[in-house]
Formats: sequence, structure tokens, C-alpha cells
Amino acid sequence: MLLATYTNAYASASFEQRESELLINQLASLNQSTVSRTLSQLISYPREEALPALIALRDGTLRATIDKSAVILSSENQVIDAITGETLRATESVALKQVPINNQIRRLLKIAVPFAQLMSHDLEQRLQAADFLQGALQKDGVSNVHQLLIFETDLKVRRSLLLALAPFELKDNKSPRQVEILQAILEQKDTNNESILREVLGRIPQEGNAQEELQIKTLAELALAKIERRKFIAEQIGNLLYGISLGSVLLLTSLGLAVTLGLMGVINMAHGELLMLGAYGTYVVQNLFRYYLPNFFEFYIFAAMPVAFLLTALAGVVLERLIIRHLYGRPLETLLATWGISLMLIQAIRLSFGASNVEVANPQWLSGSLEIGGALLPLNRIFCIIFSAFVCISTWLLFQKTRFGLKVRAISQNRLMASAGGVYTGKIDMLTFALGSGIAGLGGMVLTQLGNVGPELGQGYIVDSFLVVVFGGVGKIVGTVYAALSLGIVNKALEPMIGAVLGKILVLFLLVLFIQKRPQGLYSIHLREMDS
Amino acid sequence: MNSIKIYRHLVRLHTPKQWRLFFIIVLSAISILPLLNTFIGADHFLHAPEYFITLMGKFVCYAMVAVALDLLWGYCGILSLGHGVFFALGAYLMGMHMLRSSAGEGVYRSKLPDFMVFLDWKEMPWYWWGFQSSLFTVLMILLVPAIASFVFGFFAFRSKIKGVYFSIMTQAMTYALMLLFFRNETGFGGENGLTDFKDFFGLPIQQTGTKLILYIVSVLALALIYLMSRYVVSSRVGLVIRAIRDSESTVCFQGYDTNRYKLFVWVFSAFICGIAGALYVPQSGIINPSEMEPSKSIEMVIWVAVGGRGTLFGAILGAGMVNALRSIFTDWFPDLWLFVLGAMFIAVTLWMPRGLFDRTTLARKTKKVLGILRISKAHAGRFLEKDLK
Repeated sequence: MLLATYTNAYASASFEQRESELLINQLASLNQSTVSRTLSQLISYPREEALPALIALRDGTLRATIDKSAVILSSENQVIDAITGETLRATESVALKQVPINNQIRRLLKIAVPFAQLMSHDLEQRLQAADFLQGALQKDGVSNVHQLLIFETDLKVRRSLLLALAPFELKDNKSPRQVEILQAILEQKDTNNESILREVLGRIPQEGNAQEELQIKTLAELALAKIERRKFIAEQIGNLLYGISLGSVLLLTSLGLAVTLGLMGVINMAHGELLMLGAYGTYVVQNLFRYYLPNFFEFYIFAAMPVAFLLTALAGVVLERLIIRHLYGRPLETLLATWGISLMLIQAIRLSFGASNVEVANPQWLSGSLEIGGALLPLNRIFCIIFSAFVCISTWLLFQKTRFGLKVRAISQNRLMASAGGVYTGKIDMLTFALGSGIAGLGGMVLTQLGNVGPELGQGYIVDSFLVVVFGGVGKIVGTVYAALSLGIVNKALEPMIGAVLGKILVLFLLVLFIQKRPQGLYSIHLREMDS
Repeated sequence: MNSIKIYRHLVRLHTPKQWRLFFIIVLSAISILPLLNTFIGADHFLHAPEYFITLMGKFVCYAMVAVALDLLWGYCGILSLGHGVFFALGAYLMGMHMLRSSAGEGVYRSKLPDFMVFLDWKEMPWYWWGFQSSLFTVLMILLVPAIASFVFGFFAFRSKIKGVYFSIMTQAMTYALMLLFFRNETGFGGENGLTDFKDFFGLPIQQTGTKLILYIVSVLALALIYLMSRYVVSSRVGLVIRAIRDSESTVCFQGYDTNRYKLFVWVFSAFICGIAGALYVPQSGIINPSEMEPSKSIEMVIWVAVGGRGTLFGAILGAGMVNALRSIFTDWFPDLWLFVLGAMFIAVTLWMPRGLFDRTTLARKTKKVLGILRISKAHAGRFLEKDLK
């Protein structure tokens, strides 16, 4: 009796085994409809043993031998038997034909492989397959998944399978698994089943219901609330990061201004044009790279950095020597004279490069975006943040740790005493102005990555830069940093509420009020004198 | 101050010679151009075409702004880079009246101005109320820029913002208002502004007669404002104001409330600009937010800088000169205009800080030129004598 059952079991086991072997060999058939048929069978009744062959078929390494058995070509060019997994000797594999695949086979494979995987003993494989099915499940595979769910014990895999069923089961009022599926959705971390959830809630009428319907309703509402919360947080993070990036742009554009204003009390209305010069310098460098060094085009930014800096620093030196130094002590006149210079510079660029915007392309490694906490931040803005931090820290180090910086600080605190102490104020003035202009040039370079480049590029940033400087105070870099970042963030934060333009106006208004209380700005090393 | 004192002060504004000059200039300004336009045929080269009359009218309005700025900057030492906003405000107010008075004659034949119909608005915003009345409009033109400037000035001067920082704040003010007016929702026509005016206080705008009248009214307004400014400047208030320009802290320590004086000049100059704008817009035919651009306001400053700070007449001449140059260049060499303008800024600040028509510089320079003429005459004479011998 025992022997009979044992043999029976053995017989049925071997029957299963033989059927598997048959199917596997049929996979290697050169007849495509046979392969399709086999695949459909393997979808209806998935088998773990067929997995290597299926994967090989998908990867294109499945071969048929002369006697129509399936073998796999491994990556080391070894021939492996598809059924047993043994490595065959090379001589038996003389005539190997590749199994042709068409679109239908591809489609079926897409389902067959994960189903086979779900029969595997390996938990990892089952999990992988179940996760894969979440987006890829077709209608005809639904009953299979139901069957699998009956046998599957691991919780994680169950959850994935339930989630895979969500789009199909939740549409149907009478499905028994709704509660389970909703619970799985609730537990899921990054769920995106929002539309389905809304459908569920729409289906269920509002009032007095059966216990189960109530439960479904509660679960769906909870899941939706979770999605909303996540979206909200992502939006806030996105806004914050965008605000920081705006602030870092402002920082770069205002830092140079704060330097020149802090030291020399010079209001440089041509500052925006220095930004523009840096931007156009970058444009020229980009074109040179495109023309002469196309292989290194990705690195043109790094060449543009010193070019933009030196170009604008030179322009600053010329400006200082020719004009600004003669207007020392007359800030209003300096303002007007630099405004005249800015007019001439804009017109000069307009005549040389044309009045319309020029194109500066982002290098490849700055295109695209990064996802942080659900928010997408473009890479060029991240670059801007990092770069302005770098410039800011370098400037700070320059002022705090070098001899030149020491002299600059001495002059800005008490020009007369510094001069009496042996500091060449004229030379330091010139170098500081060059530094401020150079920083503006770097700011212009960053601006090319962020937006359009045209002759009026600087005009859009002047008012903001001045506000940052007025708000942050002159004399300490840290003031400019705080002012720039906070203005950037506040501007961005107000934007969704009252629109960009009104936000700007509100910021201006708040700033004027702030100046009432604290005319010298956030951080200042000396209060403004009575008769400035 | 009783009326006799005021009268006497008025008379003493100018010396008799100056008064004669003043009346000659005003009368000729009023009469020559209109005569050249009306009584000389269009083919004759001396004929003043209509557009020229209007252009001169606009120049006169600019001159009023220059006087206002000179009062503020030349006499009080406050540089405002945002006065264009008051000019534009006056213009908008007048524009609102002109649009309302021509209700029903627009493209859409509706009670509402065209741009409102275009934006699909059903009724006028509340702040357009009352502008169909000429009296109300005139009142608004006189009051609104003054009140607006009062609010800004009160807070600004109270917090002791001075010098360059104040100038930057005025830039920010005009920038903010420009942004505001560019929005369609603000109800002033958005970026197109107010335009397509049909008549001015009952007179059709296209007619030559109206244009002449506008020109004459502008000149008279300029003369009146000039006299008013002269009055202020040569009064005791003017003394304090000039002292504030020279050393504010001293004045403050002597017991004067400098804020009040500064506020007065500030509001007065804004008041003038408002009137100038109101007279400008019927002659230009359009007012849009680009008049509030920061760069426009800075250009207004150059009129005063070139003409002569601290001399009201110099400001008028400066405005005329710079705008004439602007017309010439933008017509004939448009690419070069900005270079010329920029160079003017630089030249004036570096070499002519007191402007061209500053009295002392002018006197000095005239002496110099005369001296050179005399010497060269002497040389030439000796040279000729040699020849004759």
C-alpha cells in the first residue's frame, strides 16, 4: 500500500518532471508559434524549473541542439543544459541554432519570467518578481496571482502581489480581497495609487453602510491622506531647495557689490553689466570650445571660470582707474557715472553680439535633475548652490586669512589709520574693486547655466542685488549670505501664495519697514555716519 | 505772512532786468511757435509742423520735471532716482479722465475703456470712480502724487535714510510700482497702459487747435512752476533747505526739524511732476508702465546734471538740450544714442559737476573765452602789423 502510494507519488512527480522537460525543450523550438504556445502554458501553470530557460530566452542565450534539446550559452561561452544545469562538453554543441523571438514572444516572456520566479524557492527572487508585477500585470494574469496568493506565505511578497492586483480588484465592488489590498496600499511607502483610491471612495455612497464597506472607506481615506501628506512635504522641500538656489544666485550677484560697497562706499550701477560681461565671456568660451575643442566641450565651464573672473576683474580695474577713483568721496556722482558706463556697456554688447538672447548650452553633466525627498531639483541649480558656496567660502578665506584681506579690512574700518599704518590704499582699492568685479563675472557665468543670456541680463539683477546689500549690511560677508538666502527663500515662499510679482513688491515693502528699524542692515561694522 | 509781504517777495524774485527777460521768453515761447504753425503755410521751411509743436510741448513737460528734480537735488541735496513714478501717476490720472470722458467712443462702443472690455471686465474698479468729472480729476492730479510721495517720504526720512541708500530706495519704489502697473489685474491697462484718447477736457485731441492749446498751457504751467520754485528757494524756507544740502547735521543741531523741510521739498517736487505728467499724456497719446522704468527716472536726473544743479533755469535748459540731442540721435543715429547718453553721464560727473549753466562756472568760462579772444585779437593785430610793415 505504502509502496503503491509512494510509487504513485513518484510517478506523478516524475510526470510533472517530464512535462517540465518537454516544455523547456519546446521553448527552444525554432517554430515561433510553438514557443508562444509553450509560454502561454507556462503562464497558466508556472514552473520553477523553466526559469533558467526563460531567462535565457529573454536574454537571447537560449540555443537548440541538433536533437532539439534546449541548452543555454553561458557568459563564459560554456554550454549548459537547460534542464539539468550541467555543463555539457563542447563537442556535443557543434550545431547550435538560436531561437528566434518576435514581439508576441517578448510580451509573453514579460509575464512568464516573473511568474516562474514566483514559483521559486528563493525568497529574494519571489520578491523581485512580485515587485515587478506591480506595474506590469495584465488582465489574463490576474487569476494566476490569486492562485499564488493562496500559497504564498511570506508577508512582503504577499503585499507586493496584492499591490499588483490593485488596479484590477479595486474597480470591482464584489472583490473579496479589497480590504487586504487597501491595507497593503496603506503600508506601502511610496504609493501612487491616488486615482484608484479616489475611484474607490467615489463608488462607496456616503451614508450608513455594511461593516465591510465602512472599513473599505476608512482604509481608502487613510491611504489618500497619506498620499496628500507626502505630496505636500515634497512640495515644501522643493520650494525650500528652489528658494535656496535662488538665494545662492542672489548671493553670487550681490557678493561683488557688497565687497566694493563695503570697502569703498562705491555704488556701482554697472555691476549688472559686469554680470553680463561674465555671461558673454562664458558664451565666447563655449563657442571657442565648440569650434576648436569639441571633444572637451563638457569641460568648457571650467575654462570659463577663470576667463569670466579675469575678464570682469580687468574691466573693474579699468573702471576704477579711469573713473571711479576720480569720484572718490562723492557717492551720488559715482552712481550716475557708473550708470552711464552701464548704458555704454549694454549698447556695446548689443552692437557686437546682437540685441537678442544668445544661446549658452548646459554641458551634459549639468542637464537633468536630482530627486531629493520627492522633489525634483535641476542639476544646474544644485551646481549653482555648490558653486556659490565655494565662491563665498573662498572670499571669506581671502578676507580673513590672507595679508591682502587684512589690509582690506583695515581700510574699511579706518582708511586714514590704515594708510598711516603703511597700507597703499590706492592699490588695495583697485584690487578690491577687481575682486568684486571678478565675483560678479563668476555670477554671470553661473547665470548662463540657469537662464537666458542677453544684453539686459544685468538689469534684472541690479535691484535685487542692491536690496540684498542694503538688507544684509556692508562689512561682513555673513550678512550678505543671510540676506541673500533669506530673500531668496522668502521670495519663493511667497510665490505660490500671491504670485511672483506681488511677492516681490511685498518683499520690497517689508525691506523698507525693516530699514526703518535698522538702517545699517543686518550686519554692519560701522553705523552710517550722519552726513554720508 | 500778509499779502503785501508776499507781493513784495514775488517782485523781488528777479531783478527788473531778469523780469523783463522772463516775460520776453515766456511770451515768445507762447506766441512764436503757434504763429509759425498757424499762419505759415505747410510748404514754407519756417512752418512749424504739428508734431513739432507737440514735441516742444513734451519737452516743456520734461522741463517741469527737471525743475522739480533740481529743487530736490540741486537745492536740497536729495537725489531721487524714482521721480518718474510721480510723473507717470499724474499721467495715468489724466489718462483715466480722458478715457472716461470719451466713454462709448472706443473700439467696443462701451461705457468701459477698451482694455477693460478686452479683459472681459463687467464694471469699473472702484478707484476709477469720479474720474468722469474734470474737477475731480484735477483735484486728484494735484493731490494723489503729493499724498503718495508724502507716505514714502515720511517713512524714509524718519528712518534717516540718506544719500545713496535713499536713491536706491527710490529706485526700488519705482521698480515696485512699475511691476504693479504691468499687471492686468491692477486695472490700469497692464503693459499696454492707457491709450486711444479722444478728447481733452472737451477738445478733440487730434485737432491742431487742441495741440496748440496744450502747448501753450504747458508753457504757462512751466512758467508758473518756475516762479513758485523761485519763490520757495529764495524764501527763508529755501535758506534752510540749502543749508540742509550743505550740512544736514548742523541744521539739525541748530534746532530745525530737517525731516519736515525735506518732506516739504519732496512732496512739492512730486506735486510738480504729477502736473507735468498730466500735461504730458494728452500730447504723447499714451501712458504705460514703461514710464515708471528705473532707467527713465535716472535719465531725468541727467537733465538736471547737464543743465546745472542749483539753478532752476539751468535745469530747464538742460532738459531741453538733452532731449533735443535724444531726438536728433534717435532719428539719425539710433545705435549711437546710448553711447552719447552714457558719455554724458560720465562727462558731467567727472568734469562738469555743476552742470553747464551753473552761474559761477559759466561766468568763469565766459571770462576765459573772452580772455582768449582778446589775446588772439592782439596777436592777430601784431601779425597784421608785421605784414603791413
